[in-house]
Amino acid sequence: MSAPVDAGRRRFLAVSLGTGGALLVGLRVALADPAPADLPMELLGDDLTELGPFIRIERDNRIFIGARGCEIGQGVMTSLPMLIAEELDVDWNQVRVVQLPFGYIDTDKGPSNKYGDQGAGGSTSIPDAWQELREVGATARWLLLQAASHEWNLPVDQLRSEAGQVIAADGRRLSYGALARSAASIAPPDQPVALKSPEQFHIIGKPTRVVDARDIVTGRSHYGIDTYAANALVAVIARCPYLDGTMESFDDSETRRVAGVRDVIAIPGPAPGAPFNGVLAAGVAVLADTTWAALKGRDALKVTWKEGPWSKESTAALTASANDLLDKNEGGVGVRSDGDFAKARKQARQVIEARYEMPFLAHATMEPPGALIEIKQDSARLIASLQNPDGASKLIADMTGLAQKDISVRMTRAGGGFGRRLKNDFVAEAVLIAKAAGKPVKLMWTREDDLQHDFYRPFGVHALSATIDRKKHVTGWSHRCAATPRNYRDAGMKERPIFTGCLEPDDFPAGLVANLDKTFFSVASGMPRGWWRAPLHTFHAFAVQSFIDEIAVITRQDAVKLRLDLLGEPRQIPYQGHGGPMFDTGRLAHVLELCAEKIGWGARRDDGHGIGIACHFTFGGYAAHAFEVSIDGSDLRIHRAVCVVDVGRVVNPLGVEAQMMGGTIDAVSTAMHLAITLKDGQVQQKNFPDYPLLRMAQAPQDVEVTIVESDADPSGAGEMGVPSVAPALANAVYAATTVRVRKLPLMPELMRML
Amino acid sequence: PLLWFLRDTLRLTGTKFGCGIGACGACTVLLDGKAARACVTPMQAAATHKITTIEGLETDALHPVQQAWIELDVAQCGYCQAGQIMAAVDLLQRKPKPGDDDIAMIGNLCRCGTYPRVRKAILRAAELIQGDKK
Repeated sequence: MSAPVDAGRRRFLAVSLGTGGALLVGLRVALADPAPADLPMELLGDDLTELGPFIRIERDNRIFIGARGCEIGQGVMTSLPMLIAEELDVDWNQVRVVQLPFGYIDTDKGPSNKYGDQGAGGSTSIPDAWQELREVGATARWLLLQAASHEWNLPVDQLRSEAGQVIAADGRRLSYGALARSAASIAPPDQPVALKSPEQFHIIGKPTRVVDARDIVTGRSHYGIDTYAANALVAVIARCPYLDGTMESFDDSETRRVAGVRDVIAIPGPAPGAPFNGVLAAGVAVLADTTWAALKGRDALKVTWKEGPWSKESTAALTASANDLLDKNEGGVGVRSDGDFAKARKQARQVIEARYEMPFLAHATMEPPGALIEIKQDSARLIASLQNPDGASKLIADMTGLAQKDISVRMTRAGGGFGRRLKNDFVAEAVLIAKAAGKPVKLMWTREDDLQHDFYRPFGVHALSATIDRKKHVTGWSHRCAATPRNYRDAGMKERPIFTGCLEPDDFPAGLVANLDKTFFSVASGMPRGWWRAPLHTFHAFAVQSFIDEIAVITRQDAVKLRLDLLGEPRQIPYQGHGGPMFDTGRLAHVLELCAEKIGWGARRDDGHGIGIACHFTFGGYAAHAFEVSIDGSDLRIHRAVCVVDVGRVVNPLGVEAQMMGGTIDAVSTAMHLAITLKDGQVQQKNFPDYPLLRMAQAPQDVEVTIVESDADPSGAGEMGVPSVAPALANAVYAATTVRVRKLPLMPELMRML
Repeated sequence: PLLWFLRDTLRLTGTKFGCGIGACGACTVLLDGKAARACVTPMQAAATHKITTIEGLETDALHPVQQAWIELDVAQCGYCQAGQIMAAVDLLQRKPKPGDDDIAMIGNLCRCGTYPRVRKAILRAAELIQGDKK
């Protein structure tokens, strides 16, 4: 059976009865949704019952909860099912979690998804699910209580639930498993059922370990790269090393002599200047029985590449071009203007100025991109590590002419994401190859492929100016940014301003300084650009939070107090960017003050150590970082790393701590050493030796994470731990050395300046 | 190299590919009990030797290092963790009571930044192993 809860909502809850008597509750899309036949294998019971999407309760009281998100290390395979389990009122250790595939469904109103939003981007998994998935659990619990009420002929208000059982006032008990069959025949509630109040939570807010940790530590966890299929050939691609270059000719005679090589296929690149809707670069694919044969075959290829229109592009030229745009100050696009900055400048007692340079960054997920795809006459199947399964499904449909309902997309646990897998260029490559080969294909990327062909975090130079009055108040703020726009050849960003992803109109200190001007200048570049963990925030927070520190030093003010003075009284101010609609100055001030307290801010030191601090608002979350560092020859020693975060109500404290700890170290790694540079229109980095992620020896021994208790609805947690790290670290380096690093990565610049 | 034989031929996929040049450690296995990078270990060098992969670490029960890894909730994306665990097993065989500097010698890369929990898990595993011996 299937019945609506509230047909007026885009999605609604429905229950259906499996032949084994299992109770299934999930988000359903269409009124007319008979037996769902496209169930994930993992959710099929012993007797192959029909199942709904999220909850399955077996007669023996085994409770299965489906995890809808793309698990890229941010913990959603654990945290999202926790939301359901909480309201279902089961013990967490009763629950078995299974990964759900992409839930495309056709409806009267067009394409939809029976599981809701499944993508991983912008730290939205928890905020999107907070209401929705708790309702899933609550509705199932409501049905089970109704079933017990019928069974015992007792009013529902004399029943309670606990640990997967319904308990009557007189002490009688029935397990959910025993009630599942009758519960599934009850019409669902016509109103959303009440959710628990927070003091009733026994799963939400409890430290909960990664649910599939045992699979991970025993090597049984399957990532995209671990997927094999009968008859599938392994493909690797030699891609054009020049930005927007083309393939002139190739000689595959040696390649075809390599044992195990089966085929060689040319891959056309994207049309010059057109949106990157498919593959990222022109190339030649080598197909073989094994990965090693494919790699050897690729090594034996002789390809003549033709340079594209960007063959002169270099990092040095981009830096010059950005600085030239800022010097001339012409042709900029207004991002935000409050009051009259020019007037403030004329009236200022003092004007402070500085420029900060940010490099391109690669994602360098530990598991490189890849995909296993099988395309048949009337269906297709993709198994891969993904962040954007919706996009992958659409892309395959566009490229094959198949209907999306006939395309199965399964996302495995992914070896990192960080934004790389929001793009599906590797899926497009796999489709092209599989179509040409007429066989299933497992596409492999090597580390060299990955670093040289990415959608990079933009490059740019930030020019900041502040005007200061006699009382040392900041009266005006100008932030001009010359960058390779993130908004570049991205069909999804067509309607958005050019500065999107590089400069945010409402970010600190907007709304807090009377005279404010933000302007964006486009630097032409052929580099593909994409989203990189806390994208625009990593890009500009370094400049803003370093500059505040510089103002404090020059005007002889305390750097924490200066920030607090700017933030002012705790209040909500409008914030139109992602994470809005409001920005709470009090919450940012609070994490900053707490962070200062934890690091021992303001204490006099005579050990040569420097302390630096910074704070930032990212996607609804508030974070502050402080570091204690010293310089020892060519070594930067991080003695302490403190992170204070307010992400609203915390679903899984252990998970949030992991994200903050990991985000901090990821950001330290990036700030200290990482840059993608260009010469002669080619990326210069090839593998980890020249893109040196931090190793344990260089990383802080610990990251002291404090999570602020909050009743606010949760934000996500995957990205907030990143943006304030680089400026806090550079500020600490200044405190230790009086050397101000204004260019990232920090270490080469510091060594140059010391 | 051994890596592709393990993965493509034996389908033991717990040993991961990360860089192909022995730089990241995702493919760490034990070769005659010592940590080795499978991606740069030629088959000739592996033949006739005893290879232990992550799949072979668990015997009757989880290895103490695996237990500690679960207890300390180390994994985020988890991709590098098989290599980290194998490196930790190797370290604890050589140094049953490792100091901070010994642990820091493990050079396996983790982009998620799990190092602080890796450190704690290694110390915990050392305790578990000592406990077992008593």
